[in-house]
Amino acid sequence: MSTRTVNQKAWWLVVPVLVLVGFNAIIPLMTVVNYSVQETFGNNRFFFEGVKWFEMVIHSARFHDALKRQLLFTAIVLAIEVPLGVAVALAMPRRGAWASVCLVLMSMPLLIPWNVVGAIWNIFALPDIGMLGWTLNKAGVDYNFTRQPVAAWATLVAMDVWHWTSLVALLAYAGLSAIPDAYYQAAKIDGASAWAVFRHVQLPKMKHVLTIAVLLRFMDSFMIYTEPFVLTGGGPGNATTLLSIDLVKIALGQFDLGPAGAMSLIYFLIILLLSWMFYRVMTLGEAE
Amino acid sequence: MARIRVEQVRHSYVPRPTREADWALKEVDLEWADGGAYALLGPSGCGKTTLLNIVSGLLHPTAGRIRFGDADVTASPPGERNIAQVFQFPVVYDTMTVYDNLAFPLRNRGVPEARIDPRVREIAALLDLEAMLPQRAAGLTADGKQKISLGRGLVRSDVNVIMFDEPLTVIDPHLKWRLRSKLKELHQHIGLTMVYVTHDQTEAMTFADHVVVMHEGTVVQVGTPVELFERPRHTFVGHFIGSPGMNILPCALDNGVARFAGQPIRTANAVARAPAGARTELGVRPEFVRFASAGIPVRVAAVSDAGRHQIVETRHGDTIIRLLVDEAERVPADSAHVSFDAAFTQLYVDGWLAGAGAA
Repeated sequence: MSTRTVNQKAWWLVVPVLVLVGFNAIIPLMTVVNYSVQETFGNNRFFFEGVKWFEMVIHSARFHDALKRQLLFTAIVLAIEVPLGVAVALAMPRRGAWASVCLVLMSMPLLIPWNVVGAIWNIFALPDIGMLGWTLNKAGVDYNFTRQPVAAWATLVAMDVWHWTSLVALLAYAGLSAIPDAYYQAAKIDGASAWAVFRHVQLPKMKHVLTIAVLLRFMDSFMIYTEPFVLTGGGPGNATTLLSIDLVKIALGQFDLGPAGAMSLIYFLIILLLSWMFYRVMTLGEAE
Repeated sequence: MARIRVEQVRHSYVPRPTREADWALKEVDLEWADGGAYALLGPSGCGKTTLLNIVSGLLHPTAGRIRFGDADVTASPPGERNIAQVFQFPVVYDTMTVYDNLAFPLRNRGVPEARIDPRVREIAALLDLEAMLPQRAAGLTADGKQKISLGRGLVRSDVNVIMFDEPLTVIDPHLKWRLRSKLKELHQHIGLTMVYVTHDQTEAMTFADHVVVMHEGTVVQVGTPVELFERPRHTFVGHFIGSPGMNILPCALDNGVARFAGQPIRTANAVARAPAGARTELGVRPEFVRFASAGIPVRVAAVSDAGRHQIVETRHGDTIIRLLVDEAERVPADSAHVSFDAAFTQLYVDGWLAGAGAA
């Protein structure tokens, strides 16, 4: 029989971590919670307001519009980037020098700082001097992203696809590379068509990385701020005012800390809920 | 179904082979009769999987032809060759049920569902997979998955040959034996040609009627398990097959008589003389070496117990001679004499059985 000394001294070892996490995560987050239930008129004096700001945000037409824009933007971006990324990954060479060249090229957009991406596309798309804008107008397309909501949206989506399709492609490529040759050989012998190989070999083997890719792209696109801020600033009008842009306007533009706090928390809960739903749907049937 | 002929097949994985070492296969000629059970046996890197993949069409040979019956299939893709292959690691389509896995090759070939269903059930019954048909294939054990891989080959009624590429590698030892018996039973039951690649001599010898032994890209011998054991055509075969392998003893050749340790040794085969500078060796299996009152003087170096037998390692000078003796036999403590059974003692010239001609 072994004798064990039971005491709780080991908890002290966790204290530094608790202090760090408390300092940089829990306390700042609780500050937001704190703001979301209070009102202030300056002089650092606060009044408790209960759930008033939450009710206000939930019933505000402005929040609804921003949320709709956000959902539309994320839906479009996912619908383009995921299939396109998979297609790019399938087309990339599996071995040899070109494989490395492709990998480096695909990583390039991911290495560019977000505000630089916004600036690049802003200049690129300018109707009078930008290469894209100028060419489109010369080609007879009436295009001005600073004035036309549709043009602003098209540019915004094009920019996001340009910036982030690589991520999906690289993840899908990693998934494809992990498939042993025997699967392709067996499929050949079984007389499988290219579509059947994709449907029954490649797609199932990519499922896990694609789940990660979809979740990452969902969360990132739902929180996108820097690029649209630099490209359109939320305009023309409020046409491209996504949730995060609206939030910053309320919090830092209008300095309405209460409504901004409530909105932050609602925003966070929406992301959490949707991520959970995506995850459940994509891992359906695995828990057998 | 058809006879399979491999004609002067050479293969290299490098685009422009220049050195001898660039060739993974250095000219192979083989013929497999319809309905036979064959094994390709050899150590890792001897070219056995390369040869298998060339026959199945997964690889295109650098030179040579493959014929199924009278048809030249060298340029045909695997899907058109009517072959089935079971790989080292079980390949199943994870998202499908066992039933759909078995039906997959038929559906790809446009067979109507009404004909697929009885066929799938028949093959499932043959492989004892009936109870698992509605299950997801991903949830099966390794041997179950290997059975599915095999089943996908068997469902097709047009299959010429089923090829196995070390199919028992990932199977638990106690299941290996069962699956191997199942294969043997299937072979007797359905009479399909089967080719089995392995580096395990036991697997090869128990499965196949004819074993093809490969070494460094060439076929060194094709024979029944008994032939490989009693009459290895090359010292490699003698050494590779058997446990422990054949004793290979350097000898001199004097007017057609082999001499070892200064004594004439009677051999089953003989040549008058070897070419100048050729290496001459005696090959005798440990099973055919005995302790004797007179003969070659040796020192007993080690004795290891192998169950019903003892493996005795003796030395004559620097040369090791191993004996396999009965567990009851008393092994001399130090010096002793050994003699060889002349009927199973062979003379090899440059590695090849003397008088039989190389390759």
